[in-house]
Amino acid sequence: MTEQGIGAAVARREDRRFVTGQGHYTDDINRRGQTYACFVRSPHAHATLNGVDTAAAGAMPGVRAIFVGEDMAEVGPLICGWAITDVNGEPFRAPPHPALAIGKVNYAGEAVAVVIADTLEQAKDAAAAVEVDYGLLDAVVDPAQATAGGQPQIHEAAPGNLSFEWALGDKAAVDAVFDGAAHVTSLEFANNRLVPNAMEPRACVAEYDAGSGEHTLHIASQNPHVHRLVMSAFHGLAPEHKLRVVAPDVGGGFGSKIFIYAEEVVLTWAASRVRRPIKWTAERSESFLTDAHGRDHVTTAELALDSDGKFLAMRVDTTANMGAYLSTFASAVPTYLYATLLAGQYTTGGIYCNVKAVFTNTVPVDAYRGAGRPEAAYVVERLVEAAAAETGRDPADLRKTNFVPTDAFPYETPVIMQYDCGDFAGSMDQALDLAGYGGFQARKAESKAGGRLRGIGFSSYIEACGVAPSAAAGSLGAGVGLWESANIRFNPTGNVQLFTGCHSHGQGHETAYAQIVADKLGVPYEQVEVIHGDSSKIPFGMGTYGSRSAAVGGSAIVKAADKVIEKGRKIAAHTLEASEDDIEFAGGNFTVKGTDKAMNIAEVAFTAYVPHNYPEGLEPGLDETAFYDPLNFSFPAGTHICEVEVDPETGSVSIERYAAVDDFGVLINPLIVEGQVHGGIGQGVGQAMLEHAVYDGAGQLVSGSYMDYTMPRADDVPSYDVGFNGVPSPLNPLGVKGCGEAGAIAAPAAVMNAVHDALRDVGVGHIEMPATPLRVWQAIQDAAA
Amino acid sequence: MTVSVSLTVNGEAVSADVEPRTLLVQMLREELGLTGTHVGCDTSQCGACVVHVDGESVKACTLLAVQAEGADVKTIEGVADGDTLHPMQQAFHENHGLQCGFCTPGMIMSALDLVKNNPDPSEREIREWLEGNLCRCTGYHNIVKSIDAGARAMRG
Repeated sequence: MTEQGIGAAVARREDRRFVTGQGHYTDDINRRGQTYACFVRSPHAHATLNGVDTAAAGAMPGVRAIFVGEDMAEVGPLICGWAITDVNGEPFRAPPHPALAIGKVNYAGEAVAVVIADTLEQAKDAAAAVEVDYGLLDAVVDPAQATAGGQPQIHEAAPGNLSFEWALGDKAAVDAVFDGAAHVTSLEFANNRLVPNAMEPRACVAEYDAGSGEHTLHIASQNPHVHRLVMSAFHGLAPEHKLRVVAPDVGGGFGSKIFIYAEEVVLTWAASRVRRPIKWTAERSESFLTDAHGRDHVTTAELALDSDGKFLAMRVDTTANMGAYLSTFASAVPTYLYATLLAGQYTTGGIYCNVKAVFTNTVPVDAYRGAGRPEAAYVVERLVEAAAAETGRDPADLRKTNFVPTDAFPYETPVIMQYDCGDFAGSMDQALDLAGYGGFQARKAESKAGGRLRGIGFSSYIEACGVAPSAAAGSLGAGVGLWESANIRFNPTGNVQLFTGCHSHGQGHETAYAQIVADKLGVPYEQVEVIHGDSSKIPFGMGTYGSRSAAVGGSAIVKAADKVIEKGRKIAAHTLEASEDDIEFAGGNFTVKGTDKAMNIAEVAFTAYVPHNYPEGLEPGLDETAFYDPLNFSFPAGTHICEVEVDPETGSVSIERYAAVDDFGVLINPLIVEGQVHGGIGQGVGQAMLEHAVYDGAGQLVSGSYMDYTMPRADDVPSYDVGFNGVPSPLNPLGVKGCGEAGAIAAPAAVMNAVHDALRDVGVGHIEMPATPLRVWQAIQDAAA
Repeated sequence: MTVSVSLTVNGEAVSADVEPRTLLVQMLREELGLTGTHVGCDTSQCGACVVHVDGESVKACTLLAVQAEGADVKTIEGVADGDTLHPMQQAFHENHGLQCGFCTPGMIMSALDLVKNNPDPSEREIREWLEGNLCRCTGYHNIVKSIDAGARAMRG
């Protein structure tokens, strides 16, 4: 390890611009002649759209145009890019989702019209003057009831409000195991609906150059090329070579900025109509009403055990709320990113999972940090903890009894995954130490003496990251490949530009990727610049989500570096008058084996651009591109242990200790990795204790602002004790696994298992997330009654 | 109708003609081009827009520009000494106290006001002080650590 190579805790280079206020987020961009968009949104969850009267609004000062759905008939509807086959063999029902509503609105917040005016205030004033004639319909809100008879029908194309029913596993075989099991643990619970809440609201600035016919879209996106591809191929807004998508500094994503939303489609289309740049920035209230929400499952889950505590089989039935339409990757979340992880870290023999994906009159639901895997980990880890309590076993011991052993890799699960490697028991042991498990009973007694209830909870999660091997994803319904690209460009003076198709919106790629390049090519870290986020600069890229930037994006960088070294070897051999086979590369130097004849890679780069004395037939220049398609998912895993104290008088829960030991394989930058773990845990704690997107019976989002939706604040969360137990992945050249989602996947079960453990002493059997003081207090009262 | 507002921002006298309904944060961002002050919500909850007005931390979305007439305003752009980061900025950098960077200016401006009034805050005091600043990336762990380190550096 060099001082700034792979494994070094380098403080991030991107920090300087952010701590000095010099970042460039989308809303910071202003263009000459810029106009502003304000969307007219449905206040109703479900209504016919009988007419939109724009006459008065259109006559207001500064208004340049007002568009409604029919005006955009030539523009393709928003799509879902992951096709699912129903259990009956039919394709899923993916009803059309026009960017501006036509004929009907299906959730409160859906865009009905857009006003474009010279100033934001003028656009807002005119939007308020647009008159919309709605015919109110009853709303479908509760996912568990969405397919029941007598419910209003949302889409003609989806009878019974069912998008698809999907299943994985052999039901008959699993049922037979359950019939003969010594013990069955059964749970019913919801996985609460969340709002992603990246601190930077979504925003875009769309421009059209009539001279060149080129569209430019500046957008807060996690994947600018995916935006370009979909907007070109499906919306038909411009051919790809005439559409430039730029995602500058982006203030957090967590999944919510993957998707292609109505606003960017409308602005890109409208900019060529009004022939002016148009800006739109979501107000936070709009974010709540339009950013794809996360989670929202209702699940029944059962675990069958033998008399020794071995897990024999698992049976899971889930209803997943898709909201009003299928968002960009929505269908993959409760299927291939969920049921495929139900084996967890265990050797469970058989697993059967049935999923009903239903429509409701709510904001579309899609991937949010973890996406399906937090829901799976919650199912598995709540079942395991409940089984331990029911059978009188220590929850750590029960897990160890069932862990996939270290010598069993590669390990085929019953749910189509092949785990590459891991050390589940080792991570558990390390976590037990870090959590001070041995002292828990003493701490519990101390709490009890003070009138408080103390509990401890485990979460031995696993996730599938490094999204994703393209052929496998394609065979399961993905509409895209999920490889990544990297372009390493040496300049004649020896410094390096790395162009990556991944996108950093907080992950620190500018630092971590520079470390990889410096490490592999022996170039000083300071001389490596990382460029991302602009479709006109990057060859192509699939962006950042699914903890893929190290395992897939990083591997592409290594492949490109290998090509640079390969070409450099030819140049060095020629210059040093040696055979290529005799040239060794290390630490930035090409050396003739067994001699002190050497050439630095910067000299090689100069020679490549000034090829006066150069190998015959070799192209000048030192600029190599690689595309890397992963061989498999990677499988980060670990054990998180949470300790809580409950005040039975108020129902308030405080997290007293939180220990996490994760296997992310090789760490490129431990400082950044720890930060990713902290942030993930923070969001997981939020889901477990605070956050909930609540709809009333009419389909109004009740928790639609920071006054109502409880975001975790600094005094809601503890300091975290983080440790690592890395087992390098054999499947990618860096040995990395991905760290971005682990905390959000592990934490909800760890916290809720601790809350259940604390409340078991007072007879409380079940608490739903979020475990708010009211819920906890009420459960204590009910148990005492 | 516009009104003229004159104030001092980061030590420079500035003035602009703004609508009476213009918020201070809008004036800073749109009229003065100081885009380091961010807008993350519409209910004065997130704290991304915290600046100093006459030495006190203030959410710049809670003040009309006209209310800042004659005031001495400091934004994140005015914190560093030329190319030398302020110890609090340096502490955020060294302790990985930021990820996406969007909440960071507000966090730093808030932290500076805390340390001005309480030069040696405890972890609990830091966490409670940050009640008005939301971060979605860091889980707050490294922000708290950064402020602790920044306060220590400022004490010298």
